[in-house]
Amino acid sequence: MSVEAPAVGRGAPVSTSKRKVADRDDLLAKLFLLPTAVYIIGLVAFPFFLAIVFSFTNVTTGNPALDFVGLRQWRTILSSSVFWTSFWNTIIFTGISMVLIVLIAHVLATVLVKDFKGKWFVRFCVLLPWTTPVSLAAVSWLWLLNSIFSPIDWILRWFGFIEANMYYLGRPVLAMGSIIAVHVWRIVPVATVIIMAGMMAIPSDIQDAAEVDGASFWRKLFEINIPLTLPITAVAVLFGAILTFADMTVVFILTRGGPTQSTQVLSSWAFFKGIEGGDLAQGAAIALFLFPLLLAAAIAILRAVRRREVM
Amino acid sequence: MAHVVEVRGLKKHFEGGDVKAVDGVDIETRPGEYLVLLGPSGCGKTTLLRIIAGLEEPTEGQILIGGNVVNGLPPRARGIAMVFQSYALYPHKSVLDNIAFPLKAAGLETDERRQKVEWAAGLLGIDRLLDRKPRNLSGGERQRVALARAIVRDPTVFLLDEPLSNLDAKLRTSARDELKQFQERLGTTTIYVTHDQVEAMGLGDRIAVIFDGKVRQVGPPRDVYSDPADTFVATFIGSPPMNLIDRGDHLLGFRPENFLPAAAVNGRDNVLQVDARVYRIEYLSGDRHVYATVPGLGDDDAHIIARIPATVDVAVAEDKDQRFAIHERDLRFFDGKTGERTDPRPVRL
Repeated sequence: MSVEAPAVGRGAPVSTSKRKVADRDDLLAKLFLLPTAVYIIGLVAFPFFLAIVFSFTNVTTGNPALDFVGLRQWRTILSSSVFWTSFWNTIIFTGISMVLIVLIAHVLATVLVKDFKGKWFVRFCVLLPWTTPVSLAAVSWLWLLNSIFSPIDWILRWFGFIEANMYYLGRPVLAMGSIIAVHVWRIVPVATVIIMAGMMAIPSDIQDAAEVDGASFWRKLFEINIPLTLPITAVAVLFGAILTFADMTVVFILTRGGPTQSTQVLSSWAFFKGIEGGDLAQGAAIALFLFPLLLAAAIAILRAVRRREVM
Repeated sequence: MAHVVEVRGLKKHFEGGDVKAVDGVDIETRPGEYLVLLGPSGCGKTTLLRIIAGLEEPTEGQILIGGNVVNGLPPRARGIAMVFQSYALYPHKSVLDNIAFPLKAAGLETDERRQKVEWAAGLLGIDRLLDRKPRNLSGGERQRVALARAIVRDPTVFLLDEPLSNLDAKLRTSARDELKQFQERLGTTTIYVTHDQVEAMGLGDRIAVIFDGKVRQVGPPRDVYSDPADTFVATFIGSPPMNLIDRGDHLLGFRPENFLPAAAVNGRDNVLQVDARVYRIEYLSGDRHVYATVPGLGDDDAHIIARIPATVDVAVAEDKDQRFAIHERDLRFFDGKTGERTDPRPVRL
């Protein structure tokens, strides 16, 4: 009697059924990328190219016809004084905000990577501004900075530091200061989280080695911790700068660019001009003005990060 | 002369006393000695080293370096240098700056720093790597840089935490040899942590076997190997480990290389002869490892391993009863309950 030998040893029989969709990596990759691709093309690439086209026409909300006018819109905005105020305000707003954000985030991250009692509460408080809905935050800040009812003024008056109310949003320098303060308050949590991740990625052996090698607190900070967190700090700066450059919510909510355009930034000015004023073409030109600069800065930072990449 | 490093009644408890990483350790080094802390992972040997370094504070006990109590002092005030398992080189600094870092921290002038770095680099044969970054170095080169960084400060004691475990097996043997020669030349007292018994036996002037936060035995490699203090040391050291045969109230132990075919054992006095049923033979680097049961010594399940050196030319076959023999002086006895070493007793077959 012959016994039929099993085809493949004693293991389970090999299934010859076709591969399922879930087994086909090439197909899955395309499938999973599709929503992202649709989103980026539909909501980023298309509006971006539309804006470029708009900036060379005289389109308005009232007249959607695309008549090509060459560089006329660009010349108009470059000769407008509000544009230049907005331009310099954007630079000042971003510059000062970034310095403050990096400093504060570094300090907070240094504190938060340590172990101490009540750490979860401090961490919660640090992240709170990021999780607060913009509308709620806006109401709170408008109240804090209100010209008549400001509790900050009330406290300062009570201590005798000031005699009359400060009118935070009514004076150019104070208004810009208020905008920077609120923006820093909003961005610091993200920057802290990014820098914290960078700090936690430094192997504890390196900290110990520095300790054994006799480095003081400051030497450790300047020779070990800051250089090693520099790449991740650069990422935080890049994120922060882009969020700041492109941000108009703080300006819009607090001052609407006032008093007398003194806190106008490019993105808010583009909005007021293009959407509220209806001049889509000029709005597009204003919004696009800093794009090459931003792109160059982003590439430079990312390159620097890659060059400094360690280990 | 005072001990270079001495710890007294050292305890370290983690998580509110639940984890006793170091559980009452007394140990001291002799000047110029190479002391190896040997134990399985998680036994507390690294924690002990970190406490000596000052990277952890003990829960209880004293640490003395050069005769002075250093409890509470930061690492930089202890005159120690440490090499970490990962080497912990500063990735953004060049080799030169890595080695110079402790000198810079100590406030030395640039010229003096350069001179000392060159001396250390020369000693370790890494002079031509001074401008490189750690990421462009091989494992062996990184280890040398870490060593150079440790020696430039001329410490009273070196603390080495598994410095060879990140090297591949081939390199490890030559690195071990270099490490030993290097230490002998410098003559600096060294405490070396490892889980590898080969490293411990090869490097140590004395070995401290640690298990469960306690020192089980301290002694020269030879003593620890041939006269283990308990069954843990007996089985942790030696490859294959010491054979232990359960004989009711006590355990009978002997090293595999002492249990040989009767024909290969000289003399008849004080020699114990016993039948062994061989079930497997392995050839390893010329030696034969013979797996067998010896019902005569214990019960039917008394498994043992004999190691017959390449020089012994006696035929041994699988699945056969064969006569094996062992000198009575090579027998060791352990308490059946505690596993501690006991006095010899007559062996009745």
